[in-house]
Amino acid sequence: MIGIVYYNMGNLASVKNAFNKLNVKAEVVTDADKLKNYDKLFLPGVGAFGDAMEHLREYNLDEAIKEYIKSGKYVFGVCLGMQLLFEKSYEFGEHKGLGIIEGEVVRFDKAKIGEHKIPQMGWNKVFNKKSKIFEGLDNPYLYFVHSYHTVCDEKYVIGKTIYGYEFVSAVNKDNVFGLQPHPEKSHNEGLKILENFVKL
Amino acid sequence: MDYFAKRIIPCLDVKDGRVVKGVNFVGLKDAGDPIEAAIRYNEEGADELTFLDITASYEERKPIVDIVKEVAKEVFIPLTVGGGIHSLKNIYDLLNVGCDKVSINSAAVKRPEFINEASKRFGSSTIVVAIDVKKIAPNKWNVFIKGGREDTGLDAIKWAKEVVDRGAGEILLTSMDTDGTKNGFDIEITEIISSLVPVPVIASGGAGEVEHFKEAFLHKADAALAASIFHFREIDIMDLKKYLKNEGISVRL
Repeated sequence: MIGIVYYNMGNLASVKNAFNKLNVKAEVVTDADKLKNYDKLFLPGVGAFGDAMEHLREYNLDEAIKEYIKSGKYVFGVCLGMQLLFEKSYEFGEHKGLGIIEGEVVRFDKAKIGEHKIPQMGWNKVFNKKSKIFEGLDNPYLYFVHSYHTVCDEKYVIGKTIYGYEFVSAVNKDNVFGLQPHPEKSHNEGLKILENFVKL
Repeated sequence: MDYFAKRIIPCLDVKDGRVVKGVNFVGLKDAGDPIEAAIRYNEEGADELTFLDITASYEERKPIVDIVKEVAKEVFIPLTVGGGIHSLKNIYDLLNVGCDKVSINSAAVKRPEFINEASKRFGSSTIVVAIDVKKIAPNKWNVFIKGGREDTGLDAIKWAKEVVDRGAGEILLTSMDTDGTKNGFDIEITEIISSLVPVPVIASGGAGEVEHFKEAFLHKADAALAASIFHFREIDIMDLKKYLKNEGISVRL
């Protein structure tokens, strides 16, 4: 059973639908004490960074997620869920993240994206390195909606995307994976990524 | 090389729970079934789907929520719903079943604060504002509502800027002059507005040939929407995308 961590009012129907389509049991988890009961955790991509962290702290979910990761079980964060894994974000001020992966979350540099708009809303290629999460995929087109992106050491990077300039769109550190685009909205390629996560 | 793709968005006009404008898909059991039509477009390479609810009365809007709920179980690309959305409750009900964005039109004109409220509550990237425009003089477009029947007197360019300032994350720009003509999008106003606002602009109204899509994208449209040419299979989405790629336009293939 996969636990989808709830951190605010966000809509999780698409994520649940995607796991259902793969015939995988997944449910929304709100209680920090119950995290350990799940085989894997999914951190969805809804809401703003500051609000989400505030919610996680208020319900002790931040510490519970860190404990869960220490136990060695797999965690997958997408979009905001990926960004929360980092040390800090500059979205609407400066906010501390879970600090699982060293690095930070910054706004797209307007001066460097050329004619592109913010947010990046649409399909773009993820140039992926070899990783279990990308098994069977070769630089897939995936669906993005974001104004901020992560910056981190190359050793954690398993995918990059170009939006005026190159940025980090997928990361992996031990049992933790992060993906900036939304696999649950990225057609067959996105479902394949979720399936790969389920199979880990 | 930048691979960020221009989006092709088929629009399904839904009335009382059925697709109208006569979907003409070969092989569909029921040509008017919006769920089957959505699945088909998804398979053919649509980048997103828009459902336009043209049901006349507010009381009969439940079908669109049920349709989105069913489509979202099978189709894993972004889904937008427009038509008759006038409250936060309407938006919540749709997002809660797997809709990704809603498109607000006349409710935004009647009460512009609604855009602020909706984007604050659900996030800007969830709120599309649909703007129907008609050219009333050289270099002058006004915003129309009620399917182009009523001139609001609002200047389209000023209104586009305002809706973005109020929190719209995307603009669906439909030209009442070109809509239904199959003579091409109104690239003039598309380019003006797209150059002016920092959010994506979807060109709509007038698509008849593959060249029209190329034109729209070369004039700064971020996405292009069409209904009947896809309904009647005058243009195959995959053929269109292959054509665009050959013409040097970045698309998801």
